[in-house]
Amino acid sequence: MSATLELSLTVNGETRTATVAPLARLLDVLREAFGLTGTKEGCGEGECGACSVILDGELVNACLVPASQAQGAVVTTVEGLAARDGTPSPLQQAFLECGGAQCGICTPGMLVAGQRFLDGGAPATDAAVREAIAGNLCRCTGYAKIVDSIQRAAATPSPPPGERAGVRGPGDR
Amino acid sequence: MIADIPVTSVRSLDEAYAVLARRAAGLRVLAGGTDLMVQIQARVGLERIGHILDIWKVSELRHVTLDGGTLRVGALATYTDLLRSEAVRAALPALAQVAREVGAWAIQNRGTLGGNVCNASPAGDTLPILIAAGATFVVGGPRGERRIAAEEFFVAYRKTALAADELLLRAELPALAPGERLVYRKVGTRRAQSISRASLAVRARVEAGAFRGVRIAAGCVAPVPLRCRATEAALEGGGPGAAAFAAARAALDGEIRPIDDLRATAAYRRRVAGNVLEQLLAAF
Repeated sequence: MSATLELSLTVNGETRTATVAPLARLLDVLREAFGLTGTKEGCGEGECGACSVILDGELVNACLVPASQAQGAVVTTVEGLAARDGTPSPLQQAFLECGGAQCGICTPGMLVAGQRFLDGGAPATDAAVREAIAGNLCRCTGYAKIVDSIQRAAATPSPPPGERAGVRGPGDR
Repeated sequence: MIADIPVTSVRSLDEAYAVLARRAAGLRVLAGGTDLMVQIQARVGLERIGHILDIWKVSELRHVTLDGGTLRVGALATYTDLLRSEAVRAALPALAQVAREVGAWAIQNRGTLGGNVCNASPAGDTLPILIAAGATFVVGGPRGERRIAAEEFFVAYRKTALAADELLLRAELPALAPGERLVYRKVGTRRAQSISRASLAVRARVEAGAFRGVRIAAGCVAPVPLRCRATEAALEGGGPGAAAFAAARAALDGEIRPIDDLRATAAYRRRVAGNVLEQLLAAF
């Protein structure tokens, strides 16, 4: 017997469907069913944040979300951060300018967690940024430049809604 | 095989009770997935899971309200819900504190109070607070509802008083009265997102120089989150002070049963539990 789910959700502004096991991880659905391999698997147990995505406006670990709970959801992955024409988002540009990426494995999760922080609109103090990315581990230990990148992006005007491929998450925290 | 496990996703308690009434073999309840998805992926006890009841979208279990001195927290309230709640900050600010320390944002957004309670780990971060606060758990199923005191809910290592056809519905907690405090500390390896090595919660008030209404509970120092009745008795009615704190520490040492494991030694947990107790008592 094989349990199956006809999954339909919105990923980076587009409706996507797939037939998957109901306990399939959102991480595997994104990577294998939809070919969105920007989202990485690190620990696979919710400790490292490499698979961070924004689900219905909130940051989650895609390795801990079963497909059954993503039915009808609105998801933004790292692929949804840039503008539709491929121009890097202010946060991605800041990572490039500040040296926010080293080996790169944590970078998609850092970008998504950083974007969710920026979407909340809280002042980008050191403490606030570090709390926002506390669930994202960088084994190169390049945290200082990642924090610099998020703070630089916070000081950059955001593109108007609709220009980013992904869907903006609501509200403060 | 994970792909073979059937999942029933429900949106109301009535639908959930209908599934529970069928008493499917190996039924497990899934809330935010922060524990169960890890266990499934690691194949821990996978052969014992026959069916998953996914209650994540049962909105009637996701609420936090303060009414007439009672804080009611629905089983599906997330840590984010708790730390954003004005009712929690007003009634029991320690519950907002623990929600902020339990993991990072992604975990706080998915982990639920009910999941922490029903997973019943002796390291469950909210459990000492719920016991020290004097929480009552309201559980329900197709046969009706009943109420269980928090300290009677954890019956053995990772075993709860829930019957196979019951769900945890909510926790009811008496709000702090004027002059009362509930203080909590968890000791882990780092501030964010770490499993605790020892944790302690103390609820009490000091009236005319004497401790009154003392309730103390500890985590990670026994097979279950432990109400520390001997420690409470050592303090109740006496005044704060070094001698009283030393007596309480000795009582605590006599009633906890920590073990050596990969996270800490029993000796370390004993010392930390005693240190944290004295530190928390000094706040009164």
